[in-house]
Amino acid sequence: MMILEVERLSVSFGGVRAVDDVNISVEAGQVFSIIGPNGSGKTTLFNLLSGVYTPDHGVIRFAGETVTDLEPDRLARRGLSRTFQNLQIFSRMSVLENVMVGHHRHEDTGILADLVHWPSVRRQNAATRELALAALARVGLADEARLASTSLSYGALKRLEIARALASDPKLLLLDEPAAGCNPIETQEIDRVIRSLIKDGITVMLVEHDMRLVMNISDRVHVLARGRTLAEGTPEEVRSNAAVVEAYLGDHGSKEATRAFG
Amino acid sequence: MVSLVQTRLMPAIVIAALIVVLPAFFPSAYYYRIGVLVFIFALAVVGLNLLMGFAGQVSLGHAGFLGIGAYSVAIGPVHFGVPSWLCLFGGAALSGVVAFIVGRPILKLKGHYLAVATLGLGLLLAIVLTNEARWTGGPDGMSVPRLVLFGWSARGATTWYWIAGATFIVAFVLALNLMDSPTGRALRAIHDSEIAARVLGIDVARKKVAIFVISAMYASVAGSFLALFNGYVTPDAAGFLRSIELVAMVVLGGMGSIVGSLVGAVVLVVLPQALTVFHDYEQVLLGLIVMVFMIFLRRGIVPSLAAAFAGRRK
Ligand SMILES: Nc1ncnc2c1ncn2[C@@H]1O[C@H](COP(=O)(O)OP(=O)(O)O)[C@@H](O)[C@H]1O
Ligand SMILES: [Mg+2]
Repeated sequence: MMILEVERLSVSFGGVRAVDDVNISVEAGQVFSIIGPNGSGKTTLFNLLSGVYTPDHGVIRFAGETVTDLEPDRLARRGLSRTFQNLQIFSRMSVLENVMVGHHRHEDTGILADLVHWPSVRRQNAATRELALAALARVGLADEARLASTSLSYGALKRLEIARALASDPKLLLLDEPAAGCNPIETQEIDRVIRSLIKDGITVMLVEHDMRLVMNISDRVHVLARGRTLAEGTPEEVRSNAAVVEAYLGDHGSKEATRAFG
Repeated sequence: MVSLVQTRLMPAIVIAALIVVLPAFFPSAYYYRIGVLVFIFALAVVGLNLLMGFAGQVSLGHAGFLGIGAYSVAIGPVHFGVPSWLCLFGGAALSGVVAFIVGRPILKLKGHYLAVATLGLGLLLAIVLTNEARWTGGPDGMSVPRLVLFGWSARGATTWYWIAGATFIVAFVLALNLMDSPTGRALRAIHDSEIAARVLGIDVARKKVAIFVISAMYASVAGSFLALFNGYVTPDAAGFLRSIELVAMVVLGGMGSIVGSLVGAVVLVVLPQALTVFHDYEQVLLGLIVMVFMIFLRRGIVPSLAAAFAGRRK
């Protein structure tokens, strides 16, 4: 079953075609990676998929339904969640509270009940807290739950965003450069987390520059260059694709290419 | 679980105890009067802090809702013979409805644009109250009949001390409750990152309107109390300076600190009274003190002091 189908998706910003006529089909339960040099439109694609941007052209279908013009919160309530390349942490909240917000779409107390702290609110708070702690444990941050979110390291914040997205119990999770700025041990940790998600039946779309991670974990890899599709296939197919190798060597991605192919 | 509830409500318990004990040290009835003003302003400030400090949405027109509440308990009884207590609830409902209608378009704006739009709302409400002289007495204002409950007339600073104090505690607890709830977490999330809040399924526009309505109702009740306590109301109740005063109390006490709202109200109600001994220099000194507070306690009194204590303990 295809959980996500994208047809001829395009968006431009003042003449720049950031995403240009892209087609994508993501099989449920797989890891689907998007790679490409900086500025090739990966984050823009995620912004389109999550409803943050509205496309100029094209169709997006999620779990069999057309969702092209849906607002981000509506999409989230259908089971699409994401993390951000440039972190979007709730910095005035604790680590645990950040993740508790992730569970919001399943919380069902009204504002009047919230004001008087009706017993249902207490039950909900306890349930949400349990769930958030479990999500934190999954990314290895259980011991940091009580800390201020601002006290975490960059790599830990990346994992905090994953835990927060997980707390929403998504069907499809978009991870935008989760390993950027992470040391090898933290990257290993993210690899482990993604594998555990797949076991739970969550589909993962991954944007990542760490080619070892991408090639190890992906079922399919989609390559973008200047907003357009350059290639798509299994990691082996993409690795041996001449156009891909050239794009990486030609652009400012030669370091990535060495890591990926060398 | 029980201990969690206790820590959450601890500030409310401590403040309630203070409210009960303090009058034992009041040298004169004048101090009751100051207490009443503190509670009434703190009530409005807690409401505004829910909007500003938690949800991160500024309002420079909140005195407009104070005005709606104040004139409700004036116009209702005088022109229509409706009992004051009913008008208090009616005023709160009306403020809520106005906030609901205006909130959706206005709260789409951000930062300075939102500030100016709410400023406009406040000015608009104040002008209506000034111009509809037939109903409001115009710039001169109108007198407000006493609050009568079950045949008993609420008058005098001592009586109002207990009414306003008790109401403030209830409002304070409701605010603490809200912040430790799904809605409260969503609001605080919106403050820090609207985009992250949205992709986690939070209907940002709806939540903003909801807290705008609640905060307008807080202001309205405070306005009704102020009018009933003073027995008189003028359009100044809804004026721009009043709005600024409320914002100053929020920021001085500490954005996002419910306890800070009380502290902000205490400082800006008590200080001008205490400084009257300096006659001509009163305003200058007040301005100076507020500036010094903000320079040294830049996150507001309560959060800054809390951080300083937490730092020392480590
Ligand atoms: N909101 C925006 N306004 C203007 N240009 C944008 C916007 N978002 C993305 N872009 C442009 O789209 C292109 C692709 O950017 P991006 O998707 O961030 O690339 P990547 O994530 O692959 O590094 C860049 O040229 C970028 O400047
Ligand atoms: Mg990017």
